[in-house]
Amino acid sequence: MEFQDGIERSTDYETALIVPSADVREHLVVVGNGMAGCRAVEELLARDAGRYRVTIFGAEPHVNYNRIMLSPVLAGEKTFDQIVINTREWYDENGIELVTSDPVVTIDRPGRTVTAQSGRKVRYDRLLIATGSDPFIIPVPGKDLPGVISFRDMKDVDTMLEAAADGGDAVVIGGGLLGLEAAHGLTLRGMKVTVIHLMPTLMERQLDEAAGWLLKSALEARGQTILTGADTAEIMGEGKVEGVRLKDGREIPASLVVMAVGIRPSTALAREAGLDVGRGIKVDDHMVTSDPHVLAVGECVEHDGNVYGLVAPLWDMCRSLADGLTDRHSGYRGSVTSTKLKVAGLDVFSAGDFSGGEGCEDIVLRDASRGVYKRVVVKDGKVVGAVLYGDTADGNLYFDLLKKGEDVSEIRDLLILGQAFASGGSADPLAAVAALPDDAEICGCNGVSKGQVAASIAAGACSLDAVRGTCKASASCGSCTGLVESLLALSLGEEVKSGPKTMCKCTSFTHDDVRREIVAQHMKSIPEVMHKLHWSTPDGCSSCRPALNYYLLCALPGEYVDDQQSRFVNERMHANIQKDGTYSVVPRMWGGLTNPRELRAIADVVEKYDAPMVKVTGGQRLDIFGIKKEDLPAVWADLNAAGMVSGHAYGKSLRTVKTCVGSEWCRFGTQDSTGLGVKTERMTWGSWMPHKFKIAVSGCPRNCAEATIKDFGVVCVDSGYELHVGGNGGIHVRATDFLCKVATEQEALDYCAAFTQLYREEARYLERTAPWIERVGVEYIRQRIVEDDTGREELRVRFLYSQSFSQEDPWAERAAGHKAELHQHLEPLAPQELAAAE
Amino acid sequence: MNDWIDIGTLSDIPLRGARTVQIAGEKEIAVFRTGDDKVFALVNECPHKKGPLSQGIVHGHSVACPLHNWNIALASGEAQGEDKGCTPTIAVRLEGERILIAHPESLRVAA
Repeated sequence: MEFQDGIERSTDYETALIVPSADVREHLVVVGNGMAGCRAVEELLARDAGRYRVTIFGAEPHVNYNRIMLSPVLAGEKTFDQIVINTREWYDENGIELVTSDPVVTIDRPGRTVTAQSGRKVRYDRLLIATGSDPFIIPVPGKDLPGVISFRDMKDVDTMLEAAADGGDAVVIGGGLLGLEAAHGLTLRGMKVTVIHLMPTLMERQLDEAAGWLLKSALEARGQTILTGADTAEIMGEGKVEGVRLKDGREIPASLVVMAVGIRPSTALAREAGLDVGRGIKVDDHMVTSDPHVLAVGECVEHDGNVYGLVAPLWDMCRSLADGLTDRHSGYRGSVTSTKLKVAGLDVFSAGDFSGGEGCEDIVLRDASRGVYKRVVVKDGKVVGAVLYGDTADGNLYFDLLKKGEDVSEIRDLLILGQAFASGGSADPLAAVAALPDDAEICGCNGVSKGQVAASIAAGACSLDAVRGTCKASASCGSCTGLVESLLALSLGEEVKSGPKTMCKCTSFTHDDVRREIVAQHMKSIPEVMHKLHWSTPDGCSSCRPALNYYLLCALPGEYVDDQQSRFVNERMHANIQKDGTYSVVPRMWGGLTNPRELRAIADVVEKYDAPMVKVTGGQRLDIFGIKKEDLPAVWADLNAAGMVSGHAYGKSLRTVKTCVGSEWCRFGTQDSTGLGVKTERMTWGSWMPHKFKIAVSGCPRNCAEATIKDFGVVCVDSGYELHVGGNGGIHVRATDFLCKVATEQEALDYCAAFTQLYREEARYLERTAPWIERVGVEYIRQRIVEDDTGREELRVRFLYSQSFSQEDPWAERAAGHKAELHQHLEPLAPQELAAAE
Repeated sequence: MNDWIDIGTLSDIPLRGARTVQIAGEKEIAVFRTGDDKVFALVNECPHKKGPLSQGIVHGHSVACPLHNWNIALASGEAQGEDKGCTPTIAVRLEGERILIAHPESLRVAA
């Protein structure tokens, strides 16, 4: 036998490697451990799990991962582990032998064996070639220089990340999807990127000119340089890449060149084995090549004259292949493809033929302010093509109409307005989803149809996570999450175990998702979160902005710069706004204690600023009403002068620690409740929380400080301190849960710090401790705070670390003139007469 | 001829924020600067309960009233969503970095 690299291998070695297996089943050998090869095996297992013994050869060192998701890995939005499709366990559980880092180099068809690079040789009964495609490298001088790479596998991503670590300039050759994704990722990683594209508009195969132009403008606004109609002459450099020269003479510096001009079927192996190869490996409707023992699937094949470079056809092929291998021949009929993509966070969709021409009518909708462009091409009353930019929600509708070839004359007027209108005037999104046929594709990343999602729900998947876990719909990029949720709602009605709701209408993620990703991806600013998590609004809304600000503040103490414009008015003005637009001011009185100096200062302020009312609050403080925003800094200066700081009566923060008089005076008092109250307030003041947070310390079980309706309450007893959590007054009064009893004051303080931090880190924004504890269960709190000594100590340390940055009096800053503009009017210049604008 | 009043520069207003202007004899005006550096001016009163809109969270081309979270469109002064009501708008234009607003009196005449 011949070996490609010419190395002689001994017969002993050869025979040693063909171990006769005790397994008498037919042996299916798969060449290629990528999306097509593994999907084919998955489909096969689903039909007849035990029928074949399976061995998979892969050239890469990895298990099967989602190649489409390499872009998010490059952009830092996902980790490699998150894009793995089949884990090691999957191979093991299904008895599949996986050979990695060892590409098959020859096929001996008469002997029915394949030989891998290592010399390993195995016999097959059926061979499946799924070698995918190779990047096309344009034959210009310098193409082999170090620093010139393609964008095809994890290794390329690693190379790009390495290059981006040093910053500098990058050139991406190719303004198609892959090139633009590479450019986006490199830009996010801090490189200055120029995209060189041969054609006059970007992504010309997927987008028409108008959408291509919108895309180009959006990318330029993000700092990329886009050169269209630009032809590469040469890649320059001595020993490594230094730049690119165009045919018109322009030179662009670059320390990295990514070539992403296209792919072509990887057919060398098949060609050498003597199989029929055209543009791809030729297969019939059952994915069988010119040799009945050899099959092929995926991007490497040519079916009926077509080759495909998208995932959707690949899923269709794998189904037909598996049907054939299990004797239920269905036959692949080719695929009509659509492209629904996020390029650099921008939604684009196209399907069918949108080149226009004779007999074609265009229906176009442009909404410039939203950056939306929609075009549907109709011919002979049928949809033949569609291009959507900026809003691709109706992509499935148009694609479905296109595939079915239905006459759309009757709904033509409403067609461009999309699903809600075209399907009969109902704006109910559930009705729209209900109207989709079973074979409509829901999840493009994983090729899951509506029918499959429905089957998965019928089989017991009753939550979003369960659907993701069973049929993989919405498990990758998440853009179909809304559709899956609608299907859940439709199938289960009232029974939906509705997961936590999305944060707000700006995102499809929940509070918990957002928080997890902020930590996992080390996000550092609100715009970064909105960008990486694909916010649907330019700068959020009044619901999500304060929440994001809090989550970042909590995750990055001392590092995150608070965004004042994402704070509610009270937290921005450090006072409570009242119905007439004036403010009320509450100075802090530690533990509810005060003295003549403080009382005088308060009395003086009331007189000096003519405050119409002073009131004792429920939290044992004095509240001064009716202060104008212009006077706030001066009021604070006066209160500061008497030693008082902000009482934070206005914040999602520690409000007050309420106390009773305790053992110092009270004949029933068992411990020094005022003393402990003051210590607790000194420790916790200034901390930002998911919601307001109140503490109380009662000196005996008579509980005069009402500690059992506070977020954290201490009830002193003779033998120590009973700790209570999760109470509140308000609309739904809730008494606390008893947490535990501790012996010393210091322990009471330590548990308080740990509990506060657990709440800060795990409760959702605007969720008070009462609903939080009802959600997670008091047992969980007990396990984290009482039983886990190490965990409690870690929480306490994190809380105190965070506090080391938060105990600066915000009033003092403002009284010293900081952010004075917040308290002052703009001063108009003297009116001037100008000629009326034309 | 219109009276235009120079009230300051763009950078006087925080991004996604607002400042107020008091013109003798007129209602207080809130001047907003959005995330994309557009400038709008409204009477500083929510149509609902007269909350000071200048103190709300500015998002997109809307502001959420600080009192009851009504969302008011900055361009039209109209309440968004289910809420109904409208706050008067004041013409505003940028001349370089300078912000000019129409004299509210001319607005009243026009209306």
